[in-house]
Amino acid sequence: MTIDAVTLAVLKGRLEQIADEMDATLFRTAFNPIIAEAHDASHGLYDAVTGDTLVQGKSGLPIFVGVMAFAVRAVVAKVARDGGLADGDVFLFNDPYDGGTHLSDFKLVRPYFRDGKLFCWLASVGHWHDVGGNVPGNYNPAATESFQEGMHIPPVKLVSAGRLNADIVDILKCNSRLPLSLYGDMSGQINALDLGIKRMDTLLDQYGAAVIAETFGELRARAAKLMRACIAELPDGTYSAEDWLDNDGIADVPLKIALDIVKKGETMSLDFSRSSPPCAGPVNIARSTAIASCYVALKHVFRDVPANAGCLEPISFVIPEISLLSAKAPKPVGGYTETILRVIDVVFQALAKAAPLAVNGCAYGTINALSLAGHRRDGRRWVMFSFFGGGLGGSPESDGLNHGNAPISTATIPPVEILEAAYPVLFNQWALRPDSGGAGRHRGGLGAVYELELLEEQADVFLFGERGRTAPPGVAGGKSAAMNRFTYPTANGTAQPPMASKMTGLHIAKGDSLRLETPGGGGYGSPSERPADAIARDLALGYVTQAAAARDYPAQIKDAAQ
Amino acid sequence: MKPSLVVGVDVGGTFTDLFFFDEATGLAQTRKVPSTRGDQSIGFVAGIKSGEADFARIAAVVHGTTVGTNALLERKGARTGVIMTNGFRDVLEMRRRDRRQTWGLWGEFVPAIPRDLRLEVPERTLADGTVRETVDLAAVEAAARQLLAGGAEAVAIVFINAYANDANERAALAAVRKVWPNPYVTASHEILPEIREFERASTASLNAYLQPVVASYLSRLDKRLVEGGAKGQLLIVQSNGGVMSVETAARLPIRTALSGPAAGVIAAAHIAKSAGFADVLTGDMGGTSFDVALIADGKAALAAQTTIEFGMVVRTPMIEITTIGAGGGSIAWVDRGGLLQIGPESAGSDPGPAAYGLGATRPTVTDANVVMGRINAARPIGGKLASLDIDAAKRAIDTHVAAPLGLSTLAAAEAIARVANSRMAGALRLVSIERGHDPQRFALMPFGGAGALHAGALMKETGLGATLVPRFPGVTSALGCVIADMRHDFVRTVNRPLGALDTEALGKAIAEYAAEGERLVRAAGVELEAIASEIELDMSYVGQTHTLAVPLANPKPDAAAIRAAFEKAYKAAFGRLLEGIEMRVLTLRVAVVGKRPKIDLARLAPQGGSVAAAKTGTRPVWFDGAWADTAIYDRLALPIDARIEGPAILEQPDATTVIEPDLAATVDRFGNLIVRRR
Repeated sequence: MTIDAVTLAVLKGRLEQIADEMDATLFRTAFNPIIAEAHDASHGLYDAVTGDTLVQGKSGLPIFVGVMAFAVRAVVAKVARDGGLADGDVFLFNDPYDGGTHLSDFKLVRPYFRDGKLFCWLASVGHWHDVGGNVPGNYNPAATESFQEGMHIPPVKLVSAGRLNADIVDILKCNSRLPLSLYGDMSGQINALDLGIKRMDTLLDQYGAAVIAETFGELRARAAKLMRACIAELPDGTYSAEDWLDNDGIADVPLKIALDIVKKGETMSLDFSRSSPPCAGPVNIARSTAIASCYVALKHVFRDVPANAGCLEPISFVIPEISLLSAKAPKPVGGYTETILRVIDVVFQALAKAAPLAVNGCAYGTINALSLAGHRRDGRRWVMFSFFGGGLGGSPESDGLNHGNAPISTATIPPVEILEAAYPVLFNQWALRPDSGGAGRHRGGLGAVYELELLEEQADVFLFGERGRTAPPGVAGGKSAAMNRFTYPTANGTAQPPMASKMTGLHIAKGDSLRLETPGGGGYGSPSERPADAIARDLALGYVTQAAAARDYPAQIKDAAQ
Repeated sequence: MKPSLVVGVDVGGTFTDLFFFDEATGLAQTRKVPSTRGDQSIGFVAGIKSGEADFARIAAVVHGTTVGTNALLERKGARTGVIMTNGFRDVLEMRRRDRRQTWGLWGEFVPAIPRDLRLEVPERTLADGTVRETVDLAAVEAAARQLLAGGAEAVAIVFINAYANDANERAALAAVRKVWPNPYVTASHEILPEIREFERASTASLNAYLQPVVASYLSRLDKRLVEGGAKGQLLIVQSNGGVMSVETAARLPIRTALSGPAAGVIAAAHIAKSAGFADVLTGDMGGTSFDVALIADGKAALAAQTTIEFGMVVRTPMIEITTIGAGGGSIAWVDRGGLLQIGPESAGSDPGPAAYGLGATRPTVTDANVVMGRINAARPIGGKLASLDIDAAKRAIDTHVAAPLGLSTLAAAEAIARVANSRMAGALRLVSIERGHDPQRFALMPFGGAGALHAGALMKETGLGATLVPRFPGVTSALGCVIADMRHDFVRTVNRPLGALDTEALGKAIAEYAAEGERLVRAAGVELEAIASEIELDMSYVGQTHTLAVPLANPKPDAAAIRAAFEKAYKAAFGRLLEGIEMRVLTLRVAVVGKRPKIDLARLAPQGGSVAAAKTGTRPVWFDGAWADTAIYDRLALPIDARIEGPAILEQPDATTVIEPDLAATVDRFGNLIVRRR
């Protein structure tokens, strides 16, 4: 090694700052709130030859951190096949099988040239508001082919040597219910890539290409070394866990996600062979997505390992060709968020058996994509599309966080007042949900109750959720949280969806109310170890009702009564 | 004789800094006394006595306070209740559904207002301002009584959509005031009539939480000053860098959340402008953090909100201060991947760095500076310790950095400084280059005890044009108190597409705010040179959720003028305009500023002296991998126009300035040091 440790530390900060700055540029200029408020986007630098992740921004969506390398690889393969790569090109695509995640996520990939040679790739991914398909917002719980989920674009040159291909922009706009939003988000992503190129020029002018190239290699080696050290501390052995998806939205049959971790020395194998085969509905995920979600789970446990390809070096994956977790076109993948949350849950549950002091209880485990769409009196179309929160798991240190965001995301939720100002809805409740956190020495955080009423004449409602049949589990003896529950009005009362937390074809009228009660997090440690004063506080503040406390903490409640 | 003395007082954790300025004679002096924990007003008054025995001479005392900041950080506000719309009492605890950090899911959130003190009442206003359900005043009164019975001393009222129509909230406020035994009642529309219920609820409830603490502190202080014979005004610095009356501060204590640091930035702007630098980055290096602020064209950049701590959001205009966890006390360590890291863990002030000799064994940035000879171990600044333990610092660096990295002690010390510098440079880059400013135009102004140790290196790494070390870097905030302008801010949600905006009503609102602001600013009774309003609209393209601050020159703007102003601001920020998309005005902001007379800083300049007389000796200092025989100077004894070539160390009681070998410093006509490349 010729680069010294100090320069390396300095350059690591500089490179991360470039990715962060690209994130910030897109967040500030994006049109759709899923990017601007929920930060459903990510940026980074990738290896010129392999597409491996070199550096990733800190503020982007965690799941993208794992998946972007696959997206860049798809472009690398395209260039290898077709040739004709030029400085100033920008590729655009949303293929979910090669590039990961789902059709809503548009990846823009741009080569960075130095002295006439390809030095590395820059990429930007963002979740666009609407990309066609059967359901506004693209969470179609009844899809059986990806054609019902939205347009499908393979890697194409959006920009050729600096010249924007306006034909492609026209095709994209024509296939979206919200063309202006699409145009605004795409422009923001181009801006972010422009900025990244500018910053790379400055950095390479200052340090020289050779030093930066060496820095990339060195950072990767160090991440691998750090991950090996983390794995080595776990006892050797096989650790297994199983968890379930409610159903695929088509047939009401539970789908199994099973993991066997084989840990030996400094390496770990994650084997998903015992999981369910592909399903008819939209909860399949591509192999790239499955690996990316394991990466997210491991990063939540081994927090100090830097975000680059090195951290996956000591880890191997066994995912059968025919599996729910290695979907091929045109299997629907629109609900990928639910499946990857479950993959993360099994990683936590299996690792908790190896290292109970390093792992927390499972989080609420569903994003609850709720879409309401209709027309205003003046004929204008409106689409309200939002994800909802729930509790995080109890940890070795403390109770879980009430009403947090999902482990795959850093998204915030829009305020009630912003939603009410933008859409014809009125919220009657926006509250914590008592008894929703799993019992334990450290209780899981609470989920939420959201109740909203329609103010316009009509609306169509779509819900894509999970955890309506199997609750988020605790770890290390902690108990499960409450399950997800969605209630809608019928002619003679209220009802829950036949597919538990997935609903399509629901029409509501003015004055109708929808109620969503989200899961909390799983508990950590045995409930019998929860201190009496913590239980008393839960009761006084109404986080836990008397009846639930008597059920979950019988010994402590009995002692308190005496 | 008319009282003519203005005293600026900045109370910090360790020291209370004072700056005395006589408006009649132009004479100025500084003082530094120990702060008194528990009751800061004791040290405060002792400090004033140390500079002026006759309180009758005092025209005004201007105070930058951390009482509010500390109460928030230490959760020592009053027991406070909140009354909210039915169905929404958990808004404060649910936040915006965030978490503490991107990676890692641990940690809970304990809100400042516990759930059993958050009550709900029947009432509802819609987003368009229509009242759907009139507030149930009997329920409000019952809730207030229940909170009182539960021990609440202060209360906040926050209703959904009160920004659009405050009728229900006003009625509830009147009902609560009838039964509440003290003035500590806050309604959200008074504090922040702006859309976004969590931010409004958080700001309003934290205001209530601070009211009893800040009001009682200020009244104690006022009483001590009056007892001492003072007849002048007591004024308080706000987070936005403006000054307000004690009455306003007691009503709106949340506006003091960043009072202390804001005063420092105000002083920096004035010092830099006088010295001929309109564009400055300030760098305040303390024990645990490095705070950066940007001053462009003589004006400090403002932020609309800040997060005091996870889940504690304060939304009032404040000087934008970017903080990173790299200070003198930040601990250096090598991670398991073999990378040198600085912070975020800090040694604090006790046990502090290893060199303090109080038992700490892990190396800090200060230890690296001691080992390299940059800090004078025989005469540490601040006067708290008699000397520093160089050997303890060396041992700490050897064990935790040099050995794991295979470096010599000195190479390791230099590495620590370099990595710390790169982190601080990152913060400087973040607030300048990343916002589209050319660093060449900017000067770095370090303050705080440690800033000037690193300023030269930071200037080089960030590509800044110069470094300006003020004559008294340790009392910058106190000086800022003396020169800060009076200021009152107003904000109101508009939320209309530009095409549907009633510009006549907008002009009327601007005029009303300007009149009310002028009344409040004049009510403090201090000398003002002029009063002016600064008008800003938060705007975006329809569909975007983030807005851009768009300054308006005309208080009666028409739609065309607003459009032109937006396009100018958007182009400057993002490079290109979007075609065919309508614009939206989200928020109106009006700041009414009463300009106070400025100090002629030349009054502080050195009198006479010579470079030869100021030189106190030489000592070896480590630069770029070798010891260099380095001249040491008594900084305050250097005459105007003195030029010092690096390497050199300039010492003064409250700060140490390092002039690196490739830099040179000159003393300007105010006594500031201007450091540039040789």
